[in-house]
Amino acid sequence: MSDTHAQTVAFVRESMVPPADPPLGETGIFKWVRENLFSSWLNVLLSVLSIAFVVWALAHLLPWFLQSVWDAGSLTECREIRDARYGEGAASACFAVITERWNQLLFGFYPPEHYWRPVLAFVLFLVAVSPVLFQGLPRRLLAFTAIYPFIGYWLLWGGTIWGPLLVIAGFVIGWGAFRLAEPRLGTLAAAIAAILLPLAWWFFAVGPIAGDLAQIAPIGLVRIGSGDFGGFMLAFIIGVAGIALSFPLGILLALGRQSHLFIINKSCVGFIEIIRGVPLIVWLFTASLLLNYFLPPGTNFDLMLRVIIMVTLFAAAYMAEVIRGGLAALPRGQYEAADALGLDYWKAMRLIILPQALKISIPGIVNTFIGLFKDTTLVVFIGLLDPIGLSNAIRASTEWNGIYWELFVFIGLLFWICCFSMSRYSMYLERKLETGHR
Amino acid sequence: MKRSVFFGAMAAGLVAGAASAATLDDVQSRGTLNCGVSTGLPGFSSPNAQGQWEGFDVAVCRAVAAAVLGDPQAVEFVPTTGQTRFTALASGEIDMLARNTTWTFSRDNDLKFEFTGINYYDGQGFMVPKALGVTSARDLSGATVCIQTGTTTELNLADYFRANNMDYEPVPIETNAEAQQQYLAGACDVYTTDRSGLAATRATFENPGDHVILPETISKEPLGPLVRHGDPEWGDIVRWTLNALVAAEEYGVTSANVDELAQGTENPEINRLLGTEGELGAMIRLDNNWAVNAIKAGGNYGELFERYLGEGTPIGLPRGLNAQWQNGGLLYAPPFR
Amino acid sequence: MTTTAAEPPKQSFHLGQLIYDTRYRSLTIQIVALVLLMLFFSWLVSNTVQNLATLGKDFDFSYLGQRAGYDINQRLIDYSSESTHARAALVGILNTLLVAFMGCVAATIIGVIAGVLRLSSNWIVSRLMTVYVEGFRNVPLLLWIIAIFALMTEGTPQPRDFREGGTASMLLFDSVAISNRGVYVPAPVWGPGSLALGIVFVLSIVGIWAWRRYAHARQERTGEILPVFAVSLALLLVPSVLAYFVLGAPIGLDYPELGGFNFAGGLHLRNSLIALWLALSLYTGAFIAEIVRGGILAVSRGQTEAAFALGLRPRRTMNLVILPQALRVIIPPLISQYLNLTKNSSLAIAVGYMDVRSTLGGISINQTGRELEGMLLLGGFYLLLSLVISSAMNFYNSRVKLKER
Repeated sequence: MSDTHAQTVAFVRESMVPPADPPLGETGIFKWVRENLFSSWLNVLLSVLSIAFVVWALAHLLPWFLQSVWDAGSLTECREIRDARYGEGAASACFAVITERWNQLLFGFYPPEHYWRPVLAFVLFLVAVSPVLFQGLPRRLLAFTAIYPFIGYWLLWGGTIWGPLLVIAGFVIGWGAFRLAEPRLGTLAAAIAAILLPLAWWFFAVGPIAGDLAQIAPIGLVRIGSGDFGGFMLAFIIGVAGIALSFPLGILLALGRQSHLFIINKSCVGFIEIIRGVPLIVWLFTASLLLNYFLPPGTNFDLMLRVIIMVTLFAAAYMAEVIRGGLAALPRGQYEAADALGLDYWKAMRLIILPQALKISIPGIVNTFIGLFKDTTLVVFIGLLDPIGLSNAIRASTEWNGIYWELFVFIGLLFWICCFSMSRYSMYLERKLETGHR
Repeated sequence: MKRSVFFGAMAAGLVAGAASAATLDDVQSRGTLNCGVSTGLPGFSSPNAQGQWEGFDVAVCRAVAAAVLGDPQAVEFVPTTGQTRFTALASGEIDMLARNTTWTFSRDNDLKFEFTGINYYDGQGFMVPKALGVTSARDLSGATVCIQTGTTTELNLADYFRANNMDYEPVPIETNAEAQQQYLAGACDVYTTDRSGLAATRATFENPGDHVILPETISKEPLGPLVRHGDPEWGDIVRWTLNALVAAEEYGVTSANVDELAQGTENPEINRLLGTEGELGAMIRLDNNWAVNAIKAGGNYGELFERYLGEGTPIGLPRGLNAQWQNGGLLYAPPFR
Repeated sequence: MTTTAAEPPKQSFHLGQLIYDTRYRSLTIQIVALVLLMLFFSWLVSNTVQNLATLGKDFDFSYLGQRAGYDINQRLIDYSSESTHARAALVGILNTLLVAFMGCVAATIIGVIAGVLRLSSNWIVSRLMTVYVEGFRNVPLLLWIIAIFALMTEGTPQPRDFREGGTASMLLFDSVAISNRGVYVPAPVWGPGSLALGIVFVLSIVGIWAWRRYAHARQERTGEILPVFAVSLALLLVPSVLAYFVLGAPIGLDYPELGGFNFAGGLHLRNSLIALWLALSLYTGAFIAEIVRGGILAVSRGQTEAAFALGLRPRRTMNLVILPQALRVIIPPLISQYLNLTKNSSLAIAVGYMDVRSTLGGISINQTGRELEGMLLLGGFYLLLSLVISSAMNFYNSRVKLKER
């Protein structure tokens, strides 16, 4: 066997031949280009087309971006500066409108001296959601998450601090009632008491007591009406409030949809399908045009609140489907184990099923939030001044009439940054939660 | 989770916004006037960089707030779209609507509103590029016309072209700003809306001279503030505030001299208007110096017009029909006595 | 085994059982829920009745029979300002269906192409597709609609420029004009005999279907593969073309021509339709691309390798192995994207496309003040549409579903 060698070559080299450089086409950039761009005729065609497209797009967009005007008081002024700087009629973006109005695009008509309030509310919001989003953080932070809604409300709308405090007290009352009543009256009666007592407290006691307390100890912030809310702040508040408020409702709907009780199941399915079958814009018009018909005569909410209610109901239907997915993804064994331990329905849900199901639903919830956040732009059609609505209002002023792309680019970019980072987060979470086997 | 927002605001809403019969009491106890305006129309209402609303319609709101509450800043402006404005008023979300709304029979009676006067006499017109060579609306057969939806202009346009046996292609647009863009790019040959709107729009073009407003006025568009049916007292307040502004111009009362004139003058009509004689204020359940406040808020009708629409502004509208009756206009305030 | 257990003692029913006995408890809960639900609805209805009475309005659909008074530019059926509100609603409904259908088709094509290209080994192409997908997914649809509409308005020439000596000219032998009022294309004119031609065409499609069935059955039986594509193409073209000339060219074309203010003749695809259609399909296409990509990735690599090992060529591998499996993953989310697109078509308001929300739920409400009636009808229409689409798609889904035996 081994003698074949000796027969074919006369001499055996004793030292290694130094490796030759690979052919030019097989190294570095050439290889990369060849393999990644020109590996077949189809690819050559696609690459050439793509490169042509990119060049064409950049050639049109770059001058517009680079020759931009950032300081001017009006569009006409912008055009004068452009003519002076880059020549008559050059492609030039007038970003001066952003420099002048960017506070308005972010905060709407919120009084400038109070800008710290939404900013603080936003920072605290990030703190409040972090334990939900990042499992590594201490669980104790969740307590802050629970009271954040009240802090956020108080910071944004202002008013006396006693209102939110007393509303929190309502939850404490409910919890206390349940604890006290359960050993004596049984679970059902305790649960009913835990629901009715706080409701009675909120509806009948909070208003007068808050009024009295505010007179005794006037602690509070300047009240700012919903009419002053606008811009990205508005979009964010509607989106966040919609998701946060729809969360409990969504859980109940998802459980209802899984329930074997015929009527409860069917009414939940009906609610979810009706809400999902009709576009959000129709619901928003309903909020703006019809909600007043359905409420007792004389009730009147401000429009933003009506929108939040409608968006909450809307998001709840989507949330229910996401959570239902989470519930369905749990292995049957979990349900059976809960039954085997002798837990009743609510205990099984609270202690075993929901914690797991909700955890795997978080990516879906984040995606629902992204969708809802983008959909908040629709409120422009009912006269709320979200970023797009403000861009119309800005154009209605004589200085900025006729400016389009700069505003669109700015708004689009802000939305893109928010949504893109959130979607990246949700993908990261999906990967982390994925225990599947590929 | 966030129930506090819900209940807190619900309680606030229940207390604050009841649309009861006595709007005046509501406004006074609330301390602010809720006034519906357009989301943005040059000259009539738009927010400035500080977030303050300004414009001709806005000024009417401020005058009413000044008359009722003594403070022209005590107004909560509620931006409304063409589609949401009437519901906002009917539901009690706003106390009055000043959103260049045309006074028509069916709006007054079928939609159950009460128009309290006319703050701007307008009419629907057409704007075309000069290059088109069109001189009369009769030449517009086959044209593409940009219109704002949800307004009476849509109906007028259909009627006009039908009556003159011409056909056209309507391009319905949601906002004035978009309509303007369509028109400027040549996506429509003609832009039609109220003549004031046309002038305001044209004023902001890069080359206003390249566009002409055709001589035809195809409809009457009396624009005015309106309130809900069923509260005549409130309607009277808005009506007479408007009349006070008009009368003030007629008698030469301006924001500059109103304080001086309010000390008393030789003219009993001015005295009654400014509350130094008679008890006119009490008759509409307001202070006797209600009209003084209203005039001080922004000036008389003429001053407002000059500030927001007149020839000194980019919009540059002539007074036309909106001049005082002595000057050949239609402004004619009933006597204050 | 004889059971010695005594008969369970006959229990007399007592009220406590309604709560504590699991047999009755679910019934109790349901009845309570039902009562609460009915109370809630009656509360809503009574509020509405009361509020309507306060406003002096009534609940009446007869306004649908009144003269609408406004014009609609795009109409698939006859309509003028003299027609009724009901007819205007119908025009709107057809317009909604039109843009939803066109959007679904285009979004699918765009989505499939983008999804496949995103997996391409070509670096620049896959990057470009990533930019497309992430760009469109993360910016509100409304902004895209407005931006595309504005782009089409600004970026295309106006009809005036097509005049003699103008800067723009028509494409494809003066048959297509792209202007900022829309695209004008030649419209077919149906002459006498076009019915016969249509019948021939339909028959040839039936023939193709029959041939495919036959070829498939034969392949199953004998393993012999018949040329499907070439025969189909021949069947599609030859009879129709022959019939066209035999019948003496019954279908003519009506070319758009510049006259007066506008192009006259031809088929006018309005900018509002095109902008809405493009924005909807690009936006939804980005989502579909992700679905398609996920579906293809979900088919494990071993399937491809196994198919190659069996000697299938790449095309057949794709058609016979990968796609059928990927489709199962793709179809359910695809259905919900179609539903989303249909619902999103209600954003037509932003570009002035006269869909059902703009007519029935917009101008009609605005001119008559019948918001309650109008919104109810509008909501009912969308709900019905959603139910129809989702049940049709679910039917298809259940057919391609993996049949576990």
